[in-house]
Amino acid sequence: MQKQMAELWSGLPRWAQAALIIFLIVLVPLAADSLERLTNFALLTQINRALIFVVLALGLNVVVGFAGLLDLGYAAFFAIGAYTFGFLTWPTHDIEASFFIAIWVCAAVAALFGILVGTPTLRLRGDYLAIVTLAFGEIIPTVVRNLDDLTIRIGPWTLVEKLNLTNGSQGMTPLGKPDFGFIESVFQMNPEALRIGVNADFWYFAIVITAVLVLFASRRLDDSRLGRAWKAIRENETAADFMGVDPIRTKLLAFAIGASFSGLAGAVFASMLGAIFPELFRFQVSIFLLIIVVLSGLGSVYGVLIGGLIISIFDGVFLAQVLPSVFPKTDIQSLRWVFFGIGLIIIMVFRPQGLFPRRVAGRRVVENAASDGEIAAVGEVRS
Amino acid sequence: MSIELEIFIQQVIFGLTIGGYLALIALGYTMVYGIIELINFAHGDLFAFGFFISLTLFQAINPPRPLDLGGLLVILPVIFGITMLLTGGLNVVIDRVAYRPLRNAPRLAPLLTAVGVSFALEAIFAIWQGPSQINYPRYFPEVNILRDVLGLDTFILFTTKDIFLFTVTIPLVIGLTLFIDRTRLGKAMRACAQDREAAAMMGINVNRIIAITFFVGGGLAGAAGLVWGLYINSGRFLMGFEAGLMAFTSAVLGGIGNIRGAVVGAFIIGMIKSMSDGYIGSEWTRVVIFGILILLLVFRPSGILGSTQGVEKV
Repeated sequence: MQKQMAELWSGLPRWAQAALIIFLIVLVPLAADSLERLTNFALLTQINRALIFVVLALGLNVVVGFAGLLDLGYAAFFAIGAYTFGFLTWPTHDIEASFFIAIWVCAAVAALFGILVGTPTLRLRGDYLAIVTLAFGEIIPTVVRNLDDLTIRIGPWTLVEKLNLTNGSQGMTPLGKPDFGFIESVFQMNPEALRIGVNADFWYFAIVITAVLVLFASRRLDDSRLGRAWKAIRENETAADFMGVDPIRTKLLAFAIGASFSGLAGAVFASMLGAIFPELFRFQVSIFLLIIVVLSGLGSVYGVLIGGLIISIFDGVFLAQVLPSVFPKTDIQSLRWVFFGIGLIIIMVFRPQGLFPRRVAGRRVVENAASDGEIAAVGEVRS
Repeated sequence: MSIELEIFIQQVIFGLTIGGYLALIALGYTMVYGIIELINFAHGDLFAFGFFISLTLFQAINPPRPLDLGGLLVILPVIFGITMLLTGGLNVVIDRVAYRPLRNAPRLAPLLTAVGVSFALEAIFAIWQGPSQINYPRYFPEVNILRDVLGLDTFILFTTKDIFLFTVTIPLVIGLTLFIDRTRLGKAMRACAQDREAAAMMGINVNRIIAITFFVGGGLAGAAGLVWGLYINSGRFLMGFEAGLMAFTSAVLGGIGNIRGAVVGAFIIGMIKSMSDGYIGSEWTRVVIFGILILLLVFRPSGILGSTQGVEKV
């Protein structure tokens, strides 16, 4: 069945594939809208949230799946992206940068932090690296919570007085929305007509564009020279080193690129919500993303896409809305982490390759390697 | 005595008490790491389990509050014993279900299941005891020794609870050290830590030794949970997460795999925590401790007393 579907799909001409995908993408908000009317569950906002998580999970997949570096504090980069966006667009700061500039700045700042964390730590063994990233993931929300009233005095000098960077636990709101003023002026529309930045349909398309961008980047990286170097390092660092892959540089790039995806997602997320709080970036978020990546199949881009959508929608719609409406008396929400915790154990013990593992096309890889004159694909063949 | 000095001494006492309970948790981390090189992420939650299960036992027996002499001599030791047995048993079950099937898997696989165990446990605690801060009744009689017994004019609070905490933690730590240094089982544990395969060839049942290590480590964490409950009188389902991370920092500080190192590290971290709470502000303490953890792992992963694990051993 799956094979026939795949054959049918690859038999279609390219334009038909593209048209079909665009048709499905457009269909989703319409279907969600009518389902929402029918069932009274919030669907489209949950789909938007799921897509943000897919973007994040694709970034984490670069770090954990491709390069094999266990990052337990990935939400820190998400927070850095969101708070950079907050810093740039919160009216109190008087910067009010444009959305379209701010999101790239956020991605770059997150990547910079990725390099900052990565540089001293990447020489560490895998489990120590995991704990360092975890500690980093704990430090960032705490710092964000405390940076609302900062006064630093050294002796008689006051360096900083009552500086409010993040507005602490009260959170930053309102934040910048994308500005389509030029469209409105060209078409002479009422600015309220599009309801840009407010309406879930608008954000659905904005996030789909982000997700497609990140998905495309992931696909390209997967098969690139860098992607093969990551996998070589994941499988055997010493062997990869011997084959001419520079481990530190390669791992740093994984950290930076993974973090930049997260920074981008953080910025879009902040703008969509219009308000950010330190609690949005807790340790649980890092673990939720890790569960998506591990459950879907480490290193498999489409696996993470599908798995991320299924898991986040299962979490946001089924666990959070459908079950409580069926069993109004029991507290299903708190069972959530029991589900996910036990799910993680079961998957690791019985199916460590994940639910949608990356199919390893051994022959193709060898051919590619031969034609490129590269040998970095050792890992592919072995796994 | 000046007030600044009194505050400082008070912080030192806090630091020592925090160090005492952290030491009990850190020992479990370091023992498990010493043998199977696993960061038992769920270990902190066993501490929370000890807290909750002992609270449940107290509520079931419902002794007078505070305990009278009979209660202190009979009920408290009984609850203590049951708590340690149950927590140790839980740790053995966790090992059997989540870690043992992955003994020969890549190193990160059991770390991921440990994260899964930790989350499942925390969620179960939240359902069992509710998500908010819960009260642990004052079962232990609290007498201010310096002021009420010795009649000194001071603000320093040093009570019978502090003495209780030390009379539990210090003998347990010494007992564990003797157990590992002097007994046959301890010798087998050391052998497994050095080389599991060679130990197996010498006729040691490695899985049994690992199970015993988990049992002892879990029991100590359970004891820490009980002591901390009687000492601080409140807790929350997530308390194990933070305690676990601080205890892990202590174990790394002392040199992971090193029993004495874990104890020394725990007292240093306890002192740092109490000084940071007192002089920097408790909202920054997490940043201070985790910052130390990062710096340690980056610059001196073998700790101050030296790790028994070769760090170069990949």
